[in-house]
Amino acid sequence: MSETAIFLLDGEEVPFEPGQTVIQAALSAGRYIPHLCYHPEFKPHGSCKVCTVKVNGRTAASCTLPAQAGLDVESDTEEINELRRTLVQMLFAEGNHFCPSCEKSGNCTLQALGYDLGVMTAGFRHFFPDRPVDASHPDILLDFNRCILCELCVRASCEVDDKCVFALSGRGLSKHLVVNAESGLLADTDIALTDKAMEVCPVGVILKKRVGFAQPIGRRRYDPDPISAQALRDAPRPPTGAGHCAACEVEE
Amino acid sequence: MSLELETATNPDVLRRVAIEPLSRVEGHGKVTLLLDEDDHVQQARLHIVEFRGFEKFVQGRPFWEIPVMVQRLCGICPVSHHLAASKAMDQIVGVDHLTQTAEKLRRLMHYGQILQSHALHFFHLSSPDLLFGFDSDVARRNIVGVAAEYPDVAKQGVLLRKFGQEVIRITAGKRVHGTSAIPGGVNKNISKEERDFLLKDIYQIIGWSRDAVHLAARLFEQNLDLYNSFGRFRAHNLSLVRADGAMDLYHGGLRARDMDGKTLFDHLEYSHYWEHIHEQVKSWSYMKFPFFRELGPEDGWYRVGPLTRVTQCDFIPTPFADHERRDFLAFDGGSATGATLGYHWARMIEMLHAAEMIKELLHDDDLLGSDLVVTGERRERGVGMIEAPRGTLIHHYRVDENDLVVRANLIVSTTHNNQAMNESIRQVARQHLDGRKLTEGLLNHIEVAVRAFDPCLSCATHSLGRMPLEVELLDAEGSRLDAVSRDMQGFC
Repeated sequence: MSETAIFLLDGEEVPFEPGQTVIQAALSAGRYIPHLCYHPEFKPHGSCKVCTVKVNGRTAASCTLPAQAGLDVESDTEEINELRRTLVQMLFAEGNHFCPSCEKSGNCTLQALGYDLGVMTAGFRHFFPDRPVDASHPDILLDFNRCILCELCVRASCEVDDKCVFALSGRGLSKHLVVNAESGLLADTDIALTDKAMEVCPVGVILKKRVGFAQPIGRRRYDPDPISAQALRDAPRPPTGAGHCAACEVEE
Repeated sequence: MSLELETATNPDVLRRVAIEPLSRVEGHGKVTLLLDEDDHVQQARLHIVEFRGFEKFVQGRPFWEIPVMVQRLCGICPVSHHLAASKAMDQIVGVDHLTQTAEKLRRLMHYGQILQSHALHFFHLSSPDLLFGFDSDVARRNIVGVAAEYPDVAKQGVLLRKFGQEVIRITAGKRVHGTSAIPGGVNKNISKEERDFLLKDIYQIIGWSRDAVHLAARLFEQNLDLYNSFGRFRAHNLSLVRADGAMDLYHGGLRARDMDGKTLFDHLEYSHYWEHIHEQVKSWSYMKFPFFRELGPEDGWYRVGPLTRVTQCDFIPTPFADHERRDFLAFDGGSATGATLGYHWARMIEMLHAAEMIKELLHDDDLLGSDLVVTGERRERGVGMIEAPRGTLIHHYRVDENDLVVRANLIVSTTHNNQAMNESIRQVARQHLDGRKLTEGLLNHIEVAVRAFDPCLSCATHSLGRMPLEVELLDAEGSRLDAVSRDMQGFC
């Protein structure tokens, strides 16, 4: 069966294993589909929509779309990339993404994606949210103004750390990240620097204190290669639902 | 010292002339003149018309972010803010002494900055006035005109600046807005290859820097009467000096002397600067007016920058620059040491010093070391001070127990020089404009005086003489009597 399990991505054949999503199969086959909230170690989430593709004439999030034989998937087209650029622009406009003074610059997935997609401006009027940072924890800082609501920290804290320190609250425009403590302060949770939730933030929300710019320009994650090349290097990483990273263990 | 011409007694019946924006300076500023019916100047003011607000919006941010954030104050000398803030944050993390490697890398970055900024100012911004004349043809009074008439001078200016930028790139990570200075040290050293890359050009750079000093000196000598008197005023002086009295642009104690050369304080440890320096607010300017507390706001204002540093230090610790310093002090009985246009000459001496220091540092293997950061016991308050290209720069922060900045006070070089620049334009207004019909060339005299200080009025524009300029003469009722304007191409 697997010999015939093939779909078309931008006109080229992509093989897949049963249970794989379109993005997983594409990355495994060395084909990059831009994405943001998708993380190979976690269950697909489908919230950011950056991995949107056109399938048989309809748009769908490739991270949640099961791969099926006979699909005709369009991804690297000007139309789809323009939609992705707009989505990323909206994320930049919704938060305070001041790359010039952000310590995550160079290590930031949103920034790297913006560069890779050719996003030149935010394109929309900035919201300039004014959410106070949470500096209550002695070793960890939260800057809520940069949150893109990907829920990776929520998923990591619940699924891997078994602590559920983070959650999203509110709906629509007022949706925001909260800390699961009566005081609402991180100091009153049992989060630890070794938690998985400390590793997964794609932007500069969850930060280890007093690190800042210790990593010089040129040695930051996205300095040597664009995000598209790195995503392919990291693949394949089959989802296990428990944050288990098979590929990571093989590499090291 | 007087505040004559600061505020006219009868402004309602005077005509207002505004030079807005000032051109060939960093940032936006304007000069307003009030003239009576006989064209006599009754009031002259330099206004800084932009509000930047950095002191406010660093509040609530984590302290380790500040050295990178505040350097966005400027695109010309961001290294100065980067280093002054880093020095303040060294204090916050309880570090009084960096490792040899870290301090030398920061110094190398700073000297690269001094070199490129001084080159930019002298060659790109001021040399058109000095080479062609203050009221020469405005169409060629710019760096393009210099390149056409004096191609070697223009080329050397461009390449000197380029070399300084390369020093910054290699030490800071980027040519503009790098990140390498961090609380307690630096985040990178330099490689042998990078060091050799800089070494191959440094002797040429020193040679051109010496030529630049001689050019500045020659211009002064050739126009002695004009340069000696132009915008001249007497002022107290403030700068950092090394413990042995040497010029030190990265670190030292504060030395203040009054206009007669009498010492007000010397080798003052700067962490309590506010016991000696206060700031006055005036209703007509966004920029504060610092003064020596001992002398009060009216008499206590002072100047900072190259002229002060070269004249106040006991010696310059590099041979070529110190030789030039001695020539500068001895010239015409010391007249250049009090001349506003003496700033250019002193600036080029400092550029030569920076080039010599870069050479010295590049021969030091500590630059290749790997001991980059030290830590100490957290403190609540940090003051960092440095001699930026334009003068003494103060960064002062208070950080709470959660690592967030709760208060910031930045006194930048141009602020220290606020009253001095005002004094200078008033002198020029008296000397050159009083009682005369205004022309573009006459108004440029005012700008020449402002440019001598190389003011960084903020980082809004770098238009190299192509700034639009519109000057209107209005009567007391606001009717237009006369006007001079210049378009985006710099033509009247």
